[in-house]
Amino acid sequence: MFEITRTEQFSPSTFLWEVRAPEIARAARPGQFVIVHCDEMSERIPLTIADFDAVSGTVTIVIQAAGKSTLDMMAYKAGDRILDIAGPLGEASVIENFGTTVLVGGGLGVAPVYPILRALKLKCCRTISIIGFRSMSLMFWEGRFREYSDETIIVTDDGSYGQQGLVTQPLKRIIMERQIDRVIAIGPLVMMKACAEVTRPLNIKTIISANPIMVDGTGMCGSCRVSIGGEVKFACIDGPDMDGHLVNFDELIIRQKRFHKYEKQSLDLRDAQKSN
Amino acid sequence: MPKKVIKRQASAHLPPETRHTNFTEVVCGYTEAEAITEAGRCLQCKEPLCITGCPVRINIKGFINLISISDYKKAYETISEANLFPSICGRVCPQERQCEAACVLGKKQEPVSIGLLERFVGDTARQNDWHDTHEIKPIGKRAAIIGSGPAGLACAYDLVKAGVSVVVFEALHLPGGVLTYGIPEFRLPKEIVFREIDNLTRLGVTIETNMVIGRIHTIEELMGQLSFDVVFIGTGAGYPMGLGVKGESLNGVMSANEFLTRVNLMHGYDFPRYGTPVGIGKNIAVIGCGNTAIDSARTALRLRPDNVYIVYRKRLEESPARKEELHHAMEEGVQFIWLTEVKEIISDNEGWVSGMDCIRGGETGFFLDVDTVIYALGTLANPIIARTTPKLKVDRAGYIETVAETLMTSIPGVFAGGDITKTPGTFTTVIHAMSTGRRAARGMLKYLNVL
Ligand SMILES: Cc1cc2nc3c(=O)[nH]c(=O)nc-3n(C[C@H](O)[C@H](O)[C@H](O)COP(=O)(O)OP(=O)(O)OC[C@H]3O[C@@H](n4cnc5c(N)ncnc54)[C@H](O)[C@@H]3O)c2cc1C
Ligand SMILES: Cc1cc2nc3c(=O)[nH]c(=O)nc-3n(C[C@H](O)[C@H](O)[C@H](O)COP(=O)(O)OP(=O)(O)OC[C@H]3O[C@@H](n4cnc5c(N)ncnc54)[C@H](O)[C@@H]3O)c2cc1C
Ligand code: SF4
Ligand code: SF4
Ligand code: FES
Repeated sequence: MFEITRTEQFSPSTFLWEVRAPEIARAARPGQFVIVHCDEMSERIPLTIADFDAVSGTVTIVIQAAGKSTLDMMAYKAGDRILDIAGPLGEASVIENFGTTVLVGGGLGVAPVYPILRALKLKCCRTISIIGFRSMSLMFWEGRFREYSDETIIVTDDGSYGQQGLVTQPLKRIIMERQIDRVIAIGPLVMMKACAEVTRPLNIKTIISANPIMVDGTGMCGSCRVSIGGEVKFACIDGPDMDGHLVNFDELIIRQKRFHKYEKQSLDLRDAQKSN
Repeated sequence: MPKKVIKRQASAHLPPETRHTNFTEVVCGYTEAEAITEAGRCLQCKEPLCITGCPVRINIKGFINLISISDYKKAYETISEANLFPSICGRVCPQERQCEAACVLGKKQEPVSIGLLERFVGDTARQNDWHDTHEIKPIGKRAAIIGSGPAGLACAYDLVKAGVSVVVFEALHLPGGVLTYGIPEFRLPKEIVFREIDNLTRLGVTIETNMVIGRIHTIEELMGQLSFDVVFIGTGAGYPMGLGVKGESLNGVMSANEFLTRVNLMHGYDFPRYGTPVGIGKNIAVIGCGNTAIDSARTALRLRPDNVYIVYRKRLEESPARKEELHHAMEEGVQFIWLTEVKEIISDNEGWVSGMDCIRGGETGFFLDVDTVIYALGTLANPIIARTTPKLKVDRAGYIETVAETLMTSIPGVFAGGDITKTPGTFTTVIHAMSTGRRAARGMLKYLNVL
């Protein structure tokens, strides 16, 4: 059993967990993820490691309540325990002094970008962050981003904070104006796809984090297959970081719908149990 | 006067007509009377060839004799000398190619039903709560075992008995490897797997789940900071091989490993009570005809679709699956399509499977109306350990290279066995994995200078 040492609600549907898992905290690197299995009955859910602290022995995950499992997770409080957490999984992000790097985080994707940003800054990269939210009420970690970014640009869909618009707009502008050596984009698939399209004409290396549906996270089931330049890769062992210009996003977007019918069924059952 | 020939005793089975409605074990196993009758068929040969057919060399003749005098406890102890999992091997060994193939009685009539007898002994031990009671004298050495499949557990068993302190690291949240996530309940109830594993933990073996070695600790760290004296790699070969045809990434196509894991490990058959869905449709094609394919087809059948097909590019006689399971699959209504290859999986407008183009006998093309394709074409070495252990020598396909006798790898003190090592000319089976685990344990004890 693993103890949740702290929770924080960022908005009605997004929240943070700090989980006591000293061995994972010690081994974790930016870009890696964990698989959480809350109890006997629940699914195994992949979640990116948003922060880790070997000294306190905790890992931080930021979660968006998207369906049954993640909604259930929102009910946990500090001191509660979960049955299993496995990690760190996946290959760590490549951290080098790339020169000027633009880090793009969309919505919940802002959380997994953070440890990469911090590590790049410690390698003396010049860092420009673009973080986007639907609205100011959903925003989190502005301070953390400002601390490690040479420039921080915040956009909101509705203009309630920062610039109004999508993350691709400032990204387009920046890569036109200056020499950019690398772009790292994490967020919804459509956003990552759009970022890769923006950088493709200038051939700027663009790394995205693939988030296909997973089961084991150890390379055993193939659920997480992604087509990269026509080759099959497993996101849980070859990724999740992938070359955004080679990812077949359309296939990935379709594959995320594999269980839509059942996700709805799960939610309906949850609602029925709630109202009882 | 010629001796009256007693026929090989059959075990009771669930009736084929209702099997698809549940996951209850199909083969009921012997009653005590049946076991004693069957044991009585054994000739107690001077040269018991049966033993040479068993990869772990169980004293088959001996334990069968003990059954015939109703001393089941001694029979259990006899088997335990060589095999810690009688209830498992009795159920899943391909006996027709191993012990029973070698049985002398088999030359004139049907061989002794060694598997069912072994299972009877294992199950009797379980019912009576008999345990391995080896006295353990700690020798102050520590072993790390990576992977809790049959190879790792067999290795752990021999090491712990020799007084080594053993920690098993398992990537998944439950131990057992394929026994837990792969082989279905109706063939091998999980309660039996966990009870047999419980025997090991009683002897003092620690099993740490959720530990993906290579990620959380490297092998170098295990031998260094974590001060293990020896390491055994028994990570299996779980990486599913793809179909390599157009349409294989469509929704509705999945590997047998994914399908079986969703059903067995995650209890997907009980969705939505359990959170993990299985996601199969009404007309299911399973590609391949090994144990994994047969297990997938029979599992799919129990989720109540309209049709389950096995599409195999060879003939029935060439299937590597256990004979009994092929027979069960046919009885249950799995439809076999022989000598047929998949050409392409066809998509509907939204990226879901809407059928399959096949070729029979290399020439006749036909369309198979399916909405789900499960591929069971075999598996390859999982690359995590090799990638994170630069000094470890692996062959081109990623299998770990070992010295034949001791099973030591290219790193001193690090051994490997089971499906992650390849032995030419042998089938990858549970008992073969266990025999290599035991051989490695001997190699490890020698390396530690305690043998
Ligand atoms: C490597 C990796 C890292 C991830 N990191 C995070 C993270 O840090 N924080 C976080 O909140 N989520 C993350 N996810 C996504 C998270 O795993 C899913 O949101 C979760 O499994 C949904 O479970 P559910 O039962 O609550 O929702 P479901 O009912 O299963 O799904 C609800 C909705 O989410 C979509 N969805 C399902 N699975 C995924 C998925 N794997 N990725 C994206 N969308 C999905 C579905 O299409 C559906 O629309 C990550 C996924 C991967 C593969
Ligand atoms: C569906 C199916 C049916 C089968 N039916 C039969 C049968 O009827 N009879 C028979 O004899 N054989 C059968 N087999 C074959 C048999 O199960 C295997 O040969 C045997 O299980 C191999 O044992 P193993 O210990 O080498 O590996 P596995 O059983 O594969 O176990 C390996 C374990 O290592 C873990 N692991 C992997 N990587 C790591 C890591 N980096 N860190 C920690 N842990 C890790 C895995 O999670 C797994 O639990 C079947 C196989 C399948 C898939
Ligand atoms: S372990 Fe397998 S091969 Fe050996 S006697 Fe038992 S059933 Fe036969
Ligand atoms: S070979 Fe057959 S008959 Fe002879 S001892 Fe072995 S099981 Fe009995
Ligand atoms: S999640 Fe199963 S192979 Fe990646």
